[in-house]
Amino acid sequence: MSTRRLFLKSSALGMFGVGTAPAWLSRALYAADGPGAHKKILVAIFQRGAVDGLNVVVPFGEKQYYSLRPNLAIPKPDRTENSAIDLDGFFGLHPALAPLKPIYDSGHMAIVHAVGSPDPTRSHFDAQDYMESGTPGRKATSDGWLNRALRIQKDASPVRAVSLGTALPRAMRGQNEAVAIANLNDFQIRDTRGAGTFESMYESSLDQVLNGAGRETFEAVKLMQSIQKQPYAPRNGVQYPNSSLGQDLMQIARLIKSNVGLEVAFAEMRGWDTHVNEVGARPTVGQLANLLGQFGGALAAFYQDLGDRMADVSVITMSEFGRTARENGSRGTDHGHANVMFAFGGGIRGAKVYGQWPGLEQEQLYEQRDLQLTTDFRDVLGELVVRHLGNAQVASVFPGYEQPKFRGIVG
Amino acid sequence: MKKLSIALMLAALAGLAAYSGTDYSQFNQPLNKDQEVLHTLNRLTFGPRPGDVEVVRKMGVKKWIDQQLHPERIVENPELAARLQPLESLQMKAAEIATNYPPRVVVQAMSKGLMPLPQDADARQRVELQLQRLKARQNANGQGEGRDPLQQAMRQQVLATTDPVERRKLVADKAPQQAVAYDLNEAKLYRAIYSNRQLEEQMADFWFNHFNVYIDKGADRILTSTYERDAIRPHVFGNFRDLLEATAQSPAMLFYLDNWESVSSELGQRDINQKAKLRAKAKQARGLNENYARELMELHTLGVDGGYTQHDIIEVARCFTGWTINQPNRGGEFVYNDRVHDKGEKTVLGVKIPAGGGREDAERVLDILARHPSTAHFISTKLAKKFVADDPPPALIERMAKTFHDTDGDIRAVMSTMLDSREFFSEGAFQAKVKTPLELIVSAVRASDAQVDFAIPLATQIAQLGEPLYRKIEPTGYSSANSEWVNSAALLARMNFALALTDNRVPGSKVDAIKFADNPAAVARQVLFHEASPQTLDSIKKALAQREPTPALVAGLVLGSPDFQRR
Repeated sequence: MSTRRLFLKSSALGMFGVGTAPAWLSRALYAADGPGAHKKILVAIFQRGAVDGLNVVVPFGEKQYYSLRPNLAIPKPDRTENSAIDLDGFFGLHPALAPLKPIYDSGHMAIVHAVGSPDPTRSHFDAQDYMESGTPGRKATSDGWLNRALRIQKDASPVRAVSLGTALPRAMRGQNEAVAIANLNDFQIRDTRGAGTFESMYESSLDQVLNGAGRETFEAVKLMQSIQKQPYAPRNGVQYPNSSLGQDLMQIARLIKSNVGLEVAFAEMRGWDTHVNEVGARPTVGQLANLLGQFGGALAAFYQDLGDRMADVSVITMSEFGRTARENGSRGTDHGHANVMFAFGGGIRGAKVYGQWPGLEQEQLYEQRDLQLTTDFRDVLGELVVRHLGNAQVASVFPGYEQPKFRGIVG
Repeated sequence: MKKLSIALMLAALAGLAAYSGTDYSQFNQPLNKDQEVLHTLNRLTFGPRPGDVEVVRKMGVKKWIDQQLHPERIVENPELAARLQPLESLQMKAAEIATNYPPRVVVQAMSKGLMPLPQDADARQRVELQLQRLKARQNANGQGEGRDPLQQAMRQQVLATTDPVERRKLVADKAPQQAVAYDLNEAKLYRAIYSNRQLEEQMADFWFNHFNVYIDKGADRILTSTYERDAIRPHVFGNFRDLLEATAQSPAMLFYLDNWESVSSELGQRDINQKAKLRAKAKQARGLNENYARELMELHTLGVDGGYTQHDIIEVARCFTGWTINQPNRGGEFVYNDRVHDKGEKTVLGVKIPAGGGREDAERVLDILARHPSTAHFISTKLAKKFVADDPPPALIERMAKTFHDTDGDIRAVMSTMLDSREFFSEGAFQAKVKTPLELIVSAVRASDAQVDFAIPLATQIAQLGEPLYRKIEPTGYSSANSEWVNSAALLARMNFALALTDNRVPGSKVDAIKFADNPAAVARQVLFHEASPQTLDSIKKALAQREPTPALVAGLVLGSPDFQRR
């Protein structure tokens, strides 16, 4: 392990030549040598479209679940692939999430149920916006919680905050440098005739704004070059699904293993808005099952690929709101309220479903139709920010929510 | 008395800014004649085209600006009409768009016989195709979520070499809704590139962004085309109150900010018949929705610090209950539904609106907001930020706000005040703005005199730069501040685009390299319309010392340089 680190360090520094390596690079690389000095990394995954949490982590111990969803309910665990996978005698995983069960059993995956945003909106775009800004009900917030989760730091790595995709998502925007990367191999000047010239132009430019951004860009580009040189091989032949989330998580793993100073990363998966035909011929197959297959496969591959490095990494998943407790008339569900989140990583106290279960009886439902909220999503994110990333300034990460109630997920 | 209080308030607002301690002396430094011409073009157009500098110099800056403020006096470029002509959804009513380019809900309604099939044979075939696809998708259970940039690039390549009419059919048959979005994107780009009425196009962009709607939010897929055409474009130089009303009544805005679902919270208690109750339940009407009321004051008129309270938001929302849409997914029109209107008394910003009112309650609100001094100040500030500098001098804003107030919101007059000012033609404003993604892409196309016959690959580039057209999710619109789009991925994308454009690797756009001069300094002058900075020129000369410099490469390097990022 130490020889590998040394190799990484010398090869990365070698690109710059003696004495010219930027401060952040030496810091990032040397820090990696100190005992336990790896930077902690938080990966946030957004399930856009509102995933149906009640069919993802199934409350099979709740009788009402089966009467509300005659066509959609996942059968009680019976050890076949057509039933829920038992977690604790009350909750079960959708069978398409089987790849996540070993992580849960290992004690490194926690689930929080009946969690979400307290804002009552059922608009996708408002709810996503609120969850990403970290300020439910407040639209004027201009930056995102994941950017604020980073502490202001001089000479920080140009790739300390990376989102996968072409645009910088709301959660990542703000004061700290954050880059959107669609594809690591593409993060370069494609026409080699231009690369050096542009670098020279921007480095010598008297335009302060462009000079600064230009420098950061080419620093990041150089850093990427060291990564781009060799094709990436996941550990022990781990296979990432060929879905967009699978490919995005593979690139995040690649960044993490390159020790280039990544601290927060963001990826997303779309398509969860299952108003119609959420299930196929049986409740355990169909649209949602396929989506969960991609989702679970990508998460599990990431976990296996990182191996021991998961000690420094926490992954958290979220979706803007849940879906109606009752199925609708088109074998689907409509926009609801509370939902489910997964957290996994070396520092997660797992093998447990957290959160108070509000029940599904008519009078227990939110506005008589949706799963009631018992945990604010900022309680979960706040705990990760404080206890995992080590940023105690939680009030500035979630303004207006000064005292999140930690659930003990990070141990 | 009223006049006096407004004047006092304006003075107070100006005073606040004056104490901020910023040095605005740069805005007193005049420009020379050449700079004035270049500055005029850089700010009021999407970047100069070859020959534009000479035209403005000959006509004189003042006269040219006056002409741009009256676009109807400018003969339009026939190149533009030819490109807009095939984009047929631009001419349709929203209901026609819903029928001819049906979203999934409409296809389903047609298949169940709840809606008639379209008259047009092509459109009818499109519905059949969508039905088959819908069935296939249900059987395949939503496979194929991944994105494939390579496939997208190849598809754009193929489309770029297809004739426009056939191309639209290919797109519409595959995804009818996409054809509508394509038409909007293409039209916006063709207008920005080819229109002779450049300031009008800048203003259309400004106001759409100010009254932003998001095309991918449900019914806005079919409502955005008419929104831009009928609510925004006719008023870009008109009266602010008219523009405000046009947006307030537009189905696109009513849908985007949820006012169409907002009903009196008293409704449950009121004695309404069973049928209406059921209807309300089916619509999941939950009472008052404050979304539009809040944004109307925060983003459209007063500004976030404009002096309203949460109580005002609720009162405004109550006034707007009943302003709704008849079947948004089918391209329905604005209707006022008195049954769900809150009939109680309201107080908005201290003005009492008596009980028993109807549709006119909201009209009163629009009157109050359009005439409020905060609105004059807020709109003037935003215009000055867009056209003058990120931090415009308060004295200029004050004069613009006064014009706004004196003319009762005449946008053309406010623009005149700004464009007549010494601050506009000053060192403080010259090259002070970094181009937005839209401005960067279009100005590169105009500077290099590229011929564009398929604009979607350019729209894709703009999205990669971080500001996809018609796809700003938040009601804030895009910020015009420099810091917003100067980030690593976006800068790289700018440089890559510049090289790809002049190397003719952007499908649908063609640059004729023969037009470029044969030495770097001259090429730089050709596309920048001024001398390049020594740093940029040195970098190019150094790089080319080892190789044969092709003029196209030099042009690409200049278009990707720091010099070209500013306007």
